[in-house]
Amino acid sequence: MTADSNPTETQETAPVPPRRSFLTKFLSVVIGGVLVVFPFATGLAFFLDPLRSRRKQGEEEVAPEFEGFIKVTELEELPVSEEPHRYKVIDDRVDAWNMFLQQPVGTVYLLRSGEQDILAFNADCPHATCPVSFDSDRKLYQCPCHNSSFHPTGDIANPDSPAARGLDRLEVKIRNDNEVWIKFQNFLPGKAEQIPVT
Amino acid sequence: MKALLNWLDDRTGYREILNDALYERIPGGARWRYVWGSTLTFTFVVQMITGVFLWMAYSPSSQTAWESVYYIQYEMQFGWLLRGVHHFTAQAMIVLLALHFMQIIIDGAYKAPREVNFWLGLILMQLVLGLSLTGYLLPWDQKGYWATKVATSLSSMVPVIGPDIQRLVVGGPSYGNHTLTRFFALHAGVLPALLIGFLALHIYVFRRHGITVKTPPKAADTTFWPDQVFKDAVACLGVLLVVLVLIFWNAPQHSSELGQLAEEGRLGDVFGADLGAPADPTENYRAARPEWYFLFLFQFLKYFSGDVEVFGAIYIPAAVMGFMFLMPFIGRWKLGHRFNVIYMTTLLIGAAVLTGVALKEDRADEKVAAAVLDAHSKSERIRELIVDRGGVDTAGAVNLLRNDPKTYGAELFAQKCATCHQFDGHDGTGEPLKIPATASDLGQFGRREWIRGMVTEPAGPKYFGATVGASYNGEPVETRFTEGEMASWVEENAESMTSEEINAVVEFLVAQGDRADNGAVNSELAAAGREFFENGNDNLTSACVDCHAIRPIGEDEELGDIGSAPLLTGYASEAWLRDFLRNPGAEHFYGDNNAMRAFDNLSDQELNLIVRWLLHNWHEPETVTEPDTVSEPDDSGE
Ligand code: HEC
Ligand code: HEC
Repeated sequence: MTADSNPTETQETAPVPPRRSFLTKFLSVVIGGVLVVFPFATGLAFFLDPLRSRRKQGEEEVAPEFEGFIKVTELEELPVSEEPHRYKVIDDRVDAWNMFLQQPVGTVYLLRSGEQDILAFNADCPHATCPVSFDSDRKLYQCPCHNSSFHPTGDIANPDSPAARGLDRLEVKIRNDNEVWIKFQNFLPGKAEQIPVT
Repeated sequence: MKALLNWLDDRTGYREILNDALYERIPGGARWRYVWGSTLTFTFVVQMITGVFLWMAYSPSSQTAWESVYYIQYEMQFGWLLRGVHHFTAQAMIVLLALHFMQIIIDGAYKAPREVNFWLGLILMQLVLGLSLTGYLLPWDQKGYWATKVATSLSSMVPVIGPDIQRLVVGGPSYGNHTLTRFFALHAGVLPALLIGFLALHIYVFRRHGITVKTPPKAADTTFWPDQVFKDAVACLGVLLVVLVLIFWNAPQHSSELGQLAEEGRLGDVFGADLGAPADPTENYRAARPEWYFLFLFQFLKYFSGDVEVFGAIYIPAAVMGFMFLMPFIGRWKLGHRFNVIYMTTLLIGAAVLTGVALKEDRADEKVAAAVLDAHSKSERIRELIVDRGGVDTAGAVNLLRNDPKTYGAELFAQKCATCHQFDGHDGTGEPLKIPATASDLGQFGRREWIRGMVTEPAGPKYFGATVGASYNGEPVETRFTEGEMASWVEENAESMTSEEINAVVEFLVAQGDRADNGAVNSELAAAGREFFENGNDNLTSACVDCHAIRPIGEDEELGDIGSAPLLTGYASEAWLRDFLRNPGAEHFYGDNNAMRAFDNLSDQELNLIVRWLLHNWHEPETVTEPDTVSEPDDSGE
């Protein structure tokens, strides 16, 4: 709106321009701006809520060194073997106002190569998050979507793989000499390095 | 830049439109009395903007509507502000509507040639009222639910097609998911679209006829921009400020904690629009009242009942509204105009008086006050429960509340148990018993003091003493218990037990219940109690175990035999109590001596509520913990 443009056609009686015209115009524009910006800005701040990081509520208390870790299985159930085993990760899942207690939130592969040596991988392919599965005949993880395959160690197996990195390794801790706890995380797909999704 | 604008003007002619809009002539100069139409337009724009943003977080269904609004109010950043603006601007709109309307009538702006625009205005008024009515339901809280339910049931009074109309509005035979989806579509889609359309026509026709100047112009003519625009803007700012004041109304009360609340993102606890307890169709809400601006209709309806109710609900309001459409014709005569002014003034005063009467009657009505208070405490309670759980499950918030012993335990106790038992001298809810108690006082059931009393004076008035006046299955109970085996045994042996031995056996029984509200157990004392329970001492006629069977907690073997006295395994624990309530006459409880009805027809949920309530097992926010003895804090027993 340009405040200083004049009416093109003059009316019957040309209105007398008010004296404090500039101040009036200026204040009108300022107040008008506030009036429109206020509800819009409120809405926008509200709309940006998802960018805020939310601390998880209702979490059980665990020893500090196990914070963020989830128990997946026990050593007794995980034999030393050349083949990885698949486990569901069970955790409380938050969905806006909903809290679903003890829901599957992801899948991991555990490979136990020695008494205490365990490799854990997130089963989502690092290329485009399709779920990989282990092919016992070829001794490879196979992705069903774009043909990536990975060695049991997680490294890329086929040179033409579209994946930018190997399978995502997860931190493992043994608790009470028997329980297998992992730090379950998802990572941004398509990147060469691991960037956790928060 | 200039070239670009010229090009744009050439293709669109925007300069002329702008000029027409801005330089409309205002005969007699800008005036404050012309601002109402603009403030209404402004509030509508605010509602559109805030409404669309709210829409992004709202979910219309009976398990998610309240929950999503809860999330907006308490969890999302500035949700309380957004909701507050939307809520209070809606109220402001009603007031502005009345002001605008009165200004039109008094200035005679409804008369020829402006009849059509007046009618358009009346239609707009209906649309705004429709938006208010539909919006009130959307949070799906107790007050919105019940008030709207009453309003829609009135539509069933329309002759012949009434029931069908109601079914169409509600979306089926009963209130629920489809009521919400329909109301939401009306509120966010149909009504705003109609409103935009009619508002455009309204403004177009208004521009065609120009402003109505009532008194002969004293000042020189001016143009809309900037003089009237300035006045309009200031008025709109005033409206916005009023809305903000309403949103922050509670600020003085909470001034000391505002900083902390802001830091924790909990400003929604104190600011913005109220959110009541979630709608519970099974719990008739006594204080179902429409929003304040419909209160006069609500009150008006009270004067009609039975066959004539339809007059109060439909015929008369419709006639009053219908008459307004005729006002432009009546206003052609000078006298007619005067009549119109008097008609509207009377209506407004009448509505104000009716509103006042409605408020006064409510204030005098204890049941309404109690219902409002109850809904308020439930809305605070549900918040505690949701925070504790970290969110609601798919069954929704009302289910969380229904399973809360703190909310419903007392009520159930009063209903089911207080016909015989007392609870700390009352019926559980704080009311005195209607008839004298005929069984023990369960207020402290299973706590140390209570068990101690049972072991030292079982025939006392707080225990079996009350049963002497009872009768069960037509047979008077009389001294069945007061001179029963337990009481007789205690009478004979009371002298032979040391206080230390009693403390020990009480501690032993407390250990069986393993209850959080009893705090930590003194295991040394309990072990001594176990010894006493089994072997008594040399002076006793018999030991507890000679009558009571028990499998002490943490042991595998049962001591004693079932049959002569209540089994004390897990005594006063939830499991014991549940088993007992289902069948107190079972052989392992009171057998043939039993004088308490069995609660085998209680649903699991109800049983659970009573049991957990009696055991004080419910969630309390962390700041309030109340174990009855001094002891280390224990995990709450959930
Ligand atoms: C018809 C009257 C009556 C009603 C109703 C009743 N009780 Fe009882 N209750 C008794 C009597 C009498 C006893 C004594 C033992 C017996 O006869 O089984 C008793 C015993 C008990 C006891 C054992 C402790 C004691 O004082 O002996 C508990 C616990 C108990 N009732 C809980 C409840 C609860 C909870 C309810 C409501 C769900 C309830 N009762 C309803 C009459 C009643
Ligand atoms: C002579 C048998 C006998 C002995 C010994 C006895 N009781 Fe009892 N007790 C009963 C009977 C029978 C009842 C049920 C009330 C009645 O019929 O008198 C009862 C009731 C109770 C109750 C209430 C149960 C309820 O419904 O809530 C408790 C607690 C209790 N006894 C504890 C003890 C303790 C502790 C001892 C040992 C110090 C003991 N009793 C010794 C027979 C006995």
